[in-house]
This record gives sequence, C-alpha cells and structure tokens, in this order.
Amino acid sequence: MRTDPADPGGLTPVRTLLAEDGVLLREGLIGVLERFGFPVVASVGDGEALIGAVAEHDPGLVVTDIRMPPDFTDEGLRAAVRLRRERPGLAVVALSQYVELSYASDLLDTGDGRGVGYLLKQRVGDVREFAATLRQVVEGATIVDPEVVRQLLRRSADPLERLTPREREVLGLMAEGHSNGAIARHLVVSDAAVGKHVGNILAKLDLPPDDGVHRRVQAVLAYLRGRQVR
Amino acid sequence: MTAIEAAPARPRTLAQALARPRFLLTPWPWRALLHCAVTAAVGLALIVVAAPVYMPWVLVLGKVVSAPWDMAEYGAPAIAGFLVGLVMVACVSPLIALPLGALERLRLTFVSDGPVTDGHRTPPPGLWGWIRTRYTENATWREVAYLFLLMPIGVLVASVLAGILVLGVVMALAPLLVEDTHSVIAFGAYDITTAEQALPLALLSPLVLVVLLYAAGILAQGHALVARALLVGPPEEELRAELSEVTESRSRLVNAFEYERSRIERDLHDGAQQRLVALSMDLGLARLDLDEDGEAGRRVAAAQAKANDLIEELRQLVRGIHPRVLTDRGLPAALAELADHCPVPTRVDTEIPRRLPAHVEGTAYFVVAEALTNVCKHTEADAVTVHAHTVQAEPGKSEEPRQTLQVEVTDDGSGGADPAQGSGLTGLKDRVAVMGGTMELSSPEGGPTRIRVELPCGPIPPTPGA
Repeated sequence: MRTDPADPGGLTPVRTLLAEDGVLLREGLIGVLERFGFPVVASVGDGEALIGAVAEHDPGLVVTDIRMPPDFTDEGLRAAVRLRRERPGLAVVALSQYVELSYASDLLDTGDGRGVGYLLKQRVGDVREFAATLRQVVEGATIVDPEVVRQLLRRSADPLERLTPREREVLGLMAEGHSNGAIARHLVVSDAAVGKHVGNILAKLDLPPDDGVHRRVQAVLAYLRGRQVR
Repeated sequence: MTAIEAAPARPRTLAQALARPRFLLTPWPWRALLHCAVTAAVGLALIVVAAPVYMPWVLVLGKVVSAPWDMAEYGAPAIAGFLVGLVMVACVSPLIALPLGALERLRLTFVSDGPVTDGHRTPPPGLWGWIRTRYTENATWREVAYLFLLMPIGVLVASVLAGILVLGVVMALAPLLVEDTHSVIAFGAYDITTAEQALPLALLSPLVLVVLLYAAGILAQGHALVARALLVGPPEEELRAELSEVTESRSRLVNAFEYERSRIERDLHDGAQQRLVALSMDLGLARLDLDEDGEAGRRVAAAQAKANDLIEELRQLVRGIHPRVLTDRGLPAALAELADHCPVPTRVDTEIPRRLPAHVEGTAYFVVAEALTNVCKHTEADAVTVHAHTVQAEPGKSEEPRQTLQVEVTDDGSGGADPAQGSGLTGLKDRVAVMGGTMELSSPEGGPTRIRVELPCGPIPPTPGA
C-alpha cells in the first residue's frame, strides 16, 4: 500500500455505500470516509440491504464487511460478488476479520478483477493508507491485503513454480498495488531491473503483451487461482 | 409375553407344557425328570468341588452351633474362619462359578426357551485383562451367587424326588414285600400286613408316578426361574440400545463443545476485535489532527501501534479456537488455510464433494492441525502431504450406505514417532475415538511418518445446488 497522504481537497468526492453491521465500527468508518472525500450516501447492515441500496443510490464505491447478519458467514462477500457480476465497473472493497484466500479469489474473479480490494479489517486503523487504498481501487487497481499476499508467496502453486523467488516477490508487491517505481524502491533495485522481472513474470504466466496495465491484474489473478488449479 | 405367544400349538418351554392338561402325554415330564436328575448330580458334585470355598464358614458355623454358650472362646477363630471364607469366595469362587455358569446355561435351554446371553464382557487380550474384566463384572458375581444356591437346590431336588420315588416303588411292590418278607408296612395309623391289604396300594402306585412327574416339572421350572434370574444377562438388544444411548449422549456432548467454541470465536470477533478496530480508527483520526513529531502525536501513534498489536494477537488467538473458514467454507478450504500457515511446504489434496457434519469437519481439522504442528516441532521434514477424501462404506445388512472420511497426513521426516512418548498422539486418538473413528500411526525409524484417520460421517443429505 502507498503511504502518500490523501488530500480530500484536491480529489473528486466519490459517492460511497457502506455495509457494516457493527454500530461502533460503522460510525468510525463513516467519519474516516467522509474526511477523505468519500461521502457516505447510505450505510446498511446486511447483504440484502446492500444490494437494494446500490440499486437505489448508484454509488461509485462500495465498502463492505464480509461477515454480516443474518447468518454471520460470508453474507457481505456474496453480496459483493453478486454486485460485481451485475455491474463489473463498480469499485468494491471487502473488509475481512481474517485472512481467507478463497474469499479473496472469489471477489477478484468477478469482472476483470479490476477495481476490487480485499483487506483485513484491522487496516482501517491506518486511516491515511486505508483512504489511499480506496482511492486506488476506485481508479481501477486490484488490491489484496499484504497478509494474503504473504500467504500466497509461501505457496508453490503450479503456474508459479516457474517463477524465481525474486520474481514471486515482485509479483507479490504487484498484487499489493505497487507501481514499478515503488517496487524498485522497496527491493532497492533499479526501475529497469523491476521492469525486466515483470516482463519475465508475464511471459512465464503466458500473458501475451497486448495491454500493459491489464496484464498486471491478470498476473495477480493467476497467483490467486494457483491454489484452485492444483 | 402376549397371550397369543403364551399358548402356541406346541409348547416350547416347560412352563407352557406344565400349564396344559395334556402335560403327562408329552415328552416334557421326562425331560423335566432328566433335568432334575442332572441337577441333583451337579448339586452334589458341587458340594464336593466347592468345599474349599465354603468350608471355613461351615467349620465356624459348626462350632458355634455345637457350643453356642462358648461364643467368647470361639470369637477370634470364628472371625478368622469367616474372613478366610470371604477371601476364598473372592479369589476361588469365580473359577468354579464361571464354568458352572456356562454348563447351567446350556442346561437351561433344555427346559426353557428364549435368548440365553451370558452377560459377560469381552476381555482385552492377555491374562491380566481377562482377570480384571471377569472379577469386576456383575455377571461373574451373579454366577457365584448361583453357585451357592445350586447346592441347596440340588439337595432339595434330590431328596424330594428320591422320597416320591421310594414311596412309589414301595407302594408298587407292597404285595410282594408283605408276602415274601412278612414285614409290616406302616402308613400312619394303618399297618399293612397281608397281600390283600397291600393290593390297593399297588394299584394306586401309578398315581405316585403322576405326582413324581408333576413334582419334577415344578422343581425343574422353579430351578429354571432361579437360573434365568442369575445366569442370563440383559438381552443383546437392550445392550445395543444402551450403547446407542451412550453414543448419542457422547456426540451431543461433543456437539455442545463445538458449539461453545464457535460461540467464543464469534464473541471475540464481533465484540472485542470490533471495538479494538474502532479504537484504532479513532486513534488514527486523532493523529491526523496532531503534529506527527509532537509529544501528543507520538503518544497517540504508540497507542495505535499497541492497539494494532492487540488486534493481531486476538486474530491469532481466535484462529486457534475455531477457524471461521471451517464453518463458512468447509474442510477443503480450512485445510488449505492450515497448509498456508505451516512453515513446512504442505500439499493438500481433497476429494470431498459435499459439506460434512460439523463434528466430523471439526475433528478432521483438529487432527490435521495437530499433525502439522507435530511435523513442525518434532521432525526435520521438508514436505508434508495431506490427503482427505470421502468413501462410501460397504452397506451393512439392513443399513443405508454410510460415508466415511479418510484423512492421511504423511511427512518425509525421520520417523520414530511413538504415541507412548507424548500425549499429543494419544490425545488425537482419543478425539477420533469419541467420534467413533479410528486412527493408525505408522512411523518406522528413518520415516516416513503417516497418520491415517477414518471418521464415520453418517448419512448426509444432498446439499441443494451442490
């Protein structure tokens, strides 16, 4: 995730819909969202209401808890997946209490995998980073919680076995939404070296070089799907 | 027993035969007589064989009866004799009572019908296991009680039947006896001295045979009641019903335990963790308004870091209590998560088409989690494979086909795992056994180590849309 402070003044407000059943957390989240230029048009407490509210308010971003009433399993996630199927362009960020790769891949498999985020709930505490992440997702980025990425890196899933450890590290950072420049700074290497790694990754994952940005998302998705094709 | 069963076309037991007017025309009276003769023989033989067991008491009793005024003098030896008798009963009597019980159950089927189960349990292998089982179960001591009852029963049967027999023989032979020996046969006030007087007696003697046969029937039936009460254990159906009751209550208990765990998990997630996240968020907002480098800014940042640590710690803790993913997504997803958290590269391979009952999933998860922990802690393994799949077990005689979950965890470590060395593996085995499953461990020196668990799933209703 980026650490650039978000400045609501210079950014267009994004109409946001919040789905969170915990009152305490909902109030806090509304405070954070409003402050960083995400005016909350409605807040709901369960998956059904979320779908109804999206139809009614047509928001630019949906932030939803995964676990919600009535059965407290993955209600929010199912609603989010449904919303993404119906409106592939809708930016959705799902908040989870725990790392669950199958949740993340369900969500990222919707649409073309762009404009979605899966974050651990505890990330909202770092309000600036959280806001920055939301902004990136609205702009079409795919963002997966670092904890999820860390787990993926430990996996030696089939299509990824061809990657070197360094390439996997780069792919992991890509999944977290970093640009080539940010990855280079993180790994203390040159931008060119990162570019070369990314090229190798895309080649090894059989992603033809047609549209650059989209292929990065595809690479991340390949990572997530790795577990399922085993 | 219903009225219809009580009077079948042909009597199947002595009791049924006795109740009918045609009793004497059936073979039953002769069977009863034979049974009684053997009872007398067994009873008398027992008096000899079991002498060591009751002799101390007989001696004490004899002394006391012969000299009741000298009680004080016999006090100590009497107590000693009584105690020796008790020890003999405790140690020796089952050795006599067990074969006697087996013989008597066999004889019981000669005069009565119905299930004749011995009520004994199956002892574990080895002499010690046998001794412990036999000396601690009711069935053995009921047989001991029977042993003591059979001695007077034998004497009673022998004397009653012998008395009637002698009477009959004397009556039948009365004319000859009086004629040949000139002896006198006395019946109460009547003295019979001539053949003419004796003739009616001889003519009446067949009646004594009737009495003899009825007496034998009644004695044998009485004896059979005693034998059935003491030698026959509860019928197998009853035992099975009891067992299934125990099994059900056990699984209710386990389910309650699982439910409790998931309740705690939910409370922690939805309560404590939510509040901490809200707290961290408030602190995060506060930091926005504070000078980053100021004293207050630094303190708030530190407070937020602490709150975040706490959230992380709580998340790890909750994981250990009850994995949410298991409830939400089932075993394959939960096992994949386990593999992700295992430092040793773990390959998971599952073929589980449907959701399994919660207790089966919980147990399988627990087994794999423990096994992986063991691998990390105790072996130098480089690779672990977890294989889980369901199989249809062979349908039993009258049962629906049952499903079994098989879970196998294999590592390429150095092997030599010994359940006797630690409680971990024993705990696993217990946990599996509670679910009616089995666990096998194979761990030769040099590896590989393989844990294989089979868990019965019961019939599973098809999941809609699956």
